[in-house]
Amino acid sequence: MDQTSTSTAALKPKDYKSDTKPVWCPGCGDFSVLSAFTKAMAAMQLDPERVVVISGIGCSSRIPAYLNVYGFHAVHGRALPVGIGLKITRPDLTVMVAGGDGDGFSIGGNHFMQACRRNVDMTYVVMDNQVYGMTKGQASPTTEPDWERGKLTPHGTRINPFYPLVIALASGANFIARASSNDPNGAARVITEAVQHPGFSFVQILSPCITFRPEQRDWKKIVHPAPVVATADPAVAARRLMTDDNFFIGTLFKGERVPFTPEFEPRAESAHELETAFRMSA
Amino acid sequence: MEEHKDRASSSISIALIGSGGAGVMTAGSMLLEAAGRAGLFGIMTRSAGPQIRGGEAAAMLRLATFPVESHDNEFDILLAIDWLNADRFRAEIPLGTQSLIIGETDAEPPQAFTDSGARTLELPLKQIARETDGGRENMVVLGVVCSLIGLPLEPLHQVLESLLKRKGQAAIDSSVACVDSGAAHTGKHQGSYQLSLSSEKQCDLWNISGNEAAGLGAIRGGVRFVAAYPITPATELLEWMAPALEQVGGILVQAEDELASVNQLIGASFGGTPSLTATSGPGLALMTESIGLAVASETPIVVVDVMRGGPSTGIPTKSEQSDLNIAIYGLHGDAPHLVLAPMSVADCLFTTQWAIHLAEKLQTAAIVLSDQNLGQTRAIIERPADVAFVSGRSIQETPMEGYQRYAVGGNGVSPMALPGTAGCQYTADGLEHAPSGIPSSRAEDHRQQLDKRRDKLVNHDYGDHWALIEGEGEFAVITWGSSLAPVREARAMLLSDGIDIRIIAPRLLLPVQPERMQQALAGVTGALVVEQSHGAQFFHYLQAFYPQKFEFMSMAQPGPLPIRPEQVVADIKTRGKY
Repeated sequence: MDQTSTSTAALKPKDYKSDTKPVWCPGCGDFSVLSAFTKAMAAMQLDPERVVVISGIGCSSRIPAYLNVYGFHAVHGRALPVGIGLKITRPDLTVMVAGGDGDGFSIGGNHFMQACRRNVDMTYVVMDNQVYGMTKGQASPTTEPDWERGKLTPHGTRINPFYPLVIALASGANFIARASSNDPNGAARVITEAVQHPGFSFVQILSPCITFRPEQRDWKKIVHPAPVVATADPAVAARRLMTDDNFFIGTLFKGERVPFTPEFEPRAESAHELETAFRMSA
Repeated sequence: MEEHKDRASSSISIALIGSGGAGVMTAGSMLLEAAGRAGLFGIMTRSAGPQIRGGEAAAMLRLATFPVESHDNEFDILLAIDWLNADRFRAEIPLGTQSLIIGETDAEPPQAFTDSGARTLELPLKQIARETDGGRENMVVLGVVCSLIGLPLEPLHQVLESLLKRKGQAAIDSSVACVDSGAAHTGKHQGSYQLSLSSEKQCDLWNISGNEAAGLGAIRGGVRFVAAYPITPATELLEWMAPALEQVGGILVQAEDELASVNQLIGASFGGTPSLTATSGPGLALMTESIGLAVASETPIVVVDVMRGGPSTGIPTKSEQSDLNIAIYGLHGDAPHLVLAPMSVADCLFTTQWAIHLAEKLQTAAIVLSDQNLGQTRAIIERPADVAFVSGRSIQETPMEGYQRYAVGGNGVSPMALPGTAGCQYTADGLEHAPSGIPSSRAEDHRQQLDKRRDKLVNHDYGDHWALIEGEGEFAVITWGSSLAPVREARAMLLSDGIDIRIIAPRLLLPVQPERMQQALAGVTGALVVEQSHGAQFFHYLQAFYPQKFEFMSMAQPGPLPIRPEQVVADIKTRGKY
């Protein structure tokens, strides 16, 4: 690494953690995701000051303050554009965006698709618990249509759930994976792979909310590793998604699309040359 | 009217109208450029129907021997290539008995125009064009106008050569022939609207639109990142900036919507790059939540709103000053921010550049309220002066033990650490926070940060740039933005009657400057508030923030009709009891 760190000793996961105590409920899957983040950063030996984690609003979006890196806790649904603006102008940084299923797929749904299309070199981690936890228990875009305990949808949403991996693939994300908070080491490996893969990487992490969806405790029994290796062929990935039961864990797709990397090297000196276009040649 | 003749020698107003592809906008632009090359000042505004291509269009020009910023009370020459739907421009093109209406032979001008008592002249425009191989009527029209106003053809020939170079010599030759031929057909009318051309050439004149001027101001101010979504009438600002930014190593990103564009600015600015976007009312409405984020997280951004008729989709192609309320009051919570308004095409450059400087220096969001009238007006102006305002953000450049991003104290501006600075890691937050940036819902933290964000703006010394103040009279006209130009013309007209009024036009609308306003209003006993909005938004703003012992009077007119100088004069004479 050419960036000199403040310490020559190897950084450990705890070096990436801040002193701020999470607001999360006991048993929340997001604790494990936080741990996966710090493990991944330590595995890559990233300089904490050269990492930025950006989030929107929701329980999981609280994560930047719990890390000892630069962070931006933005408004609901708009974390991805913040990340894109930062990465385009500061390609030297490792930019990660994190949040929940409501933030990313409902209010921020269009930004998700457009970020996949734009393919800027950054990693987007969605902690998916199929519920709005911060507002205390409403259905989210990934909630099953017949879940009747949502306080705004007492008869179930009766609408089709959002299918993030399919949308990501169809929209052009360059790396698509699913992980589980029940396996923080596995999740850390996937995050590492995602950060290292060029372009826009999308990682869905199944992260139970046992407060509002206690039945999600069973996820640890349901998740199972995907029996195949990642493909670079979108058609193969699409066929696999046809038989996905939403609980396959692993990397589905590692594409070869060229990331969006516009040249950005601000120069001040030639600003006055722009005037010549307006000058009248009398 | 004696007065009209006097004024006519130094200023001539010309409207060119035609429908679908008649080329009146091209002809208008060429005329403006030629006048500039001849050392004249001028403006050209455009008006068009809602059609994407085709449809009725009007190029409205005013050429003068002195710098002009607004249209006159009447047009001297109305020249139509055809009269299809021309009556739709009746209100925008006022004529008088001294005006001349020119149209195609045997094509009756609409009664809406002839009712003014203007004289009429018929010319065989089509036939003249046909006499030249590849000839076009809009070029004939150019020749006619030049002959009427006594503008030498040489500068126009030069303009044709440079603008038609791509189309080849044949296109240039036929256009030149049409121009010359048109000029030869005016007969006794030749020179009847003679402009007194100065033998002294103006040395450094620019041909620029308000939107381009704002773009140039942005780049001069240090902006290197723009994210935007196209919207009328701000699009040209963005289209000018896209290649211009590349020249200075910056970039423009076309985002998926205004929600994305404003948040991309916040990301880029968090990384240290001065960032700006341009939009119009509907886009500003979408952006407001995140403008609040920029305020709360103290991330500098600049949003230029090129206002158009509202509410909702409103009148996208035409001007109105009706986004003042949303700019001032549109953010939720107590969110002190900057609102600035340019007051001329040239001032679009200065005010935008100043806005960037202030946003960067004070680490907040700035909204610049331009409008369609300024943005899409093309003008011949003197080269705007260079100003020293560039981004000057306070940066924490070195590692610091116990760094607090939102530290309180001092002037309220706390140094910002940029990602890459070791030991200063923090999380910027739209949640209320403690000085460290850690979210806090404690009353003390909220109060402290609210004070910090207010005080840093209120305590800054904005200097004399806060407003334009002219005149000494006891009767004041308070106005803003593009309404200033007709008010200034009105003042000149009143001065010739021996009446002096005082003009106050704030460039800085937020934070308000009560002491400076009080000083500006010293000795004033009555004031008329002139603005282009139906709801008298500026009038109510002044009443709220600058209450006086006397009562403000309101002259509020919705767009798209421009405010005319004589309207202002009449209003002042009545209300000011002159």
